[in-house]
Amino acid sequence: MPHVPGTQETAVKLVGVNKWYGKFQVLRNLNLSVARGERIVVCGPSGSGKSTMIRCINGLEEHQEGRILVDGTELTDDGKIGDAIRREVGMVFQHFNLFPHLTILENCTLAPMKVRGLSKAEAEEVAMHYLTRVRIPDQAGKYPGALSGGQQQRVAIARALCMKPKIMLFDEPTSALDPEMVKEVLDTMVGLAGDGMTMLCVTHEMGFARQVADRVIFMDKGEIVEEAPPAEFFDNPKNERSRQFLAQILH
Amino acid sequence: MRQFTDWQITTLLLDAAVWTVVLSLIAFVGGALLGLVVTVMRVSGKKPLERLSAGFIAAVQSIPLLMLIFLCFFGPAVVGVEISPWVAAATALILFAAAFLAEIWRSSIQAVPRGQWEAGKALGLRFLQVFRDIVAPQALRLAVPPTVGFSVQVVKGTALTSIIGFVELTKAGTMLNNVTFRPFFVFAVVALVYFALCYPLSYASRLLERRLASR
Repeated sequence: MPHVPGTQETAVKLVGVNKWYGKFQVLRNLNLSVARGERIVVCGPSGSGKSTMIRCINGLEEHQEGRILVDGTELTDDGKIGDAIRREVGMVFQHFNLFPHLTILENCTLAPMKVRGLSKAEAEEVAMHYLTRVRIPDQAGKYPGALSGGQQQRVAIARALCMKPKIMLFDEPTSALDPEMVKEVLDTMVGLAGDGMTMLCVTHEMGFARQVADRVIFMDKGEIVEEAPPAEFFDNPKNERSRQFLAQILH
Repeated sequence: MRQFTDWQITTLLLDAAVWTVVLSLIAFVGGALLGLVVTVMRVSGKKPLERLSAGFIAAVQSIPLLMLIFLCFFGPAVVGVEISPWVAAATALILFAAAFLAEIWRSSIQAVPRGQWEAGKALGLRFLQVFRDIVAPQALRLAVPPTVGFSVQVVKGTALTSIIGFVELTKAGTMLNNVTFRPFFVFAVVALVYFALCYPLSYASRLLERRLASR
């Protein structure tokens, strides 16, 4: 069947993915299929490979074995294919990674102008739309250093959305935030989930998982150990390692 | 022995100082151009280019500048090529500046956090776009103060070229001392002229450091 972008039912598909750092295997035979509009929360102890997995989905890291398909296109080591996939996949990082030498507005307009070819006026209109959505329009002229962590992370979300991605990846978006700023970022993500965005989210925020996830994926030692709807996963985890993990984080 | 007034000595030294400035400029500009090439090789991610540039930097940094000047001056003579002190001095200083500037710039580029590369890449920007629009502007900010600071080393380095007979400030000082026998006065003026050349550069470096750090 010929591939038409944006028509695939499966947004992300991993088939038998393996990855090693030297001799150490970080990902073991991952198989995962994410439907369009589905919201996945990935959790697990540190070093379980959850961040590595989502960093492989947009090609920030390479996998050595298996196949990764994003919106029907297979990710290969061809740089052009990687660039094309990354255009359609937004990513939010633990440490925000805003560009400190650019204003908030410029952070949001850089890629749409350079990659999508938007004019400055068009890009700024899009940027202001999303900055308004994350409730930061009044900070547009400031530099990232002048904003709080929570504000910076909301800008990072807006910056990713300005590319109008089909899929959003979140790599522990609230782990580097002060406790009182976690909620404002989670609220933004809940809003995004309500719009039907396909989301893969590495997080330990179990309240968020319960509220928005269609499925929770639990990883340990590079493997997907359990996957289940949140109610089932939290109330009745099947795997021993899942139970131990939940006992530790839920007090 | 001829009689020179203090003023005559000073103006003769100032005339010679022009050559110190010219040689410094040539060394700095030439060194910056060559240094840029070496920097790009150094961060290119291509192993042979990285080794070659790292080897060049290590070699130049491990040899005293004076030896570098001797090698550039006497080396060509071995294969029967006459070379003027002027060309030898410029060549040696360009190599010297290139190696040190390349190292300053490499460290500035690598001091930009990896997350900046990743964030640019994750937005779909290509490698060169990420470098030009995201990494280079931040690296430049880090590189400016040490680059300006290093220019002081280049100016002072030109003094060593007096040994192969290139007449600049130091050589003129030596010659004037030989005819006036007033070493303290002559070399005090020489030192003052170097100070007048170098101090504004050091000052600018510190000023830039503070200004760029505060943003």
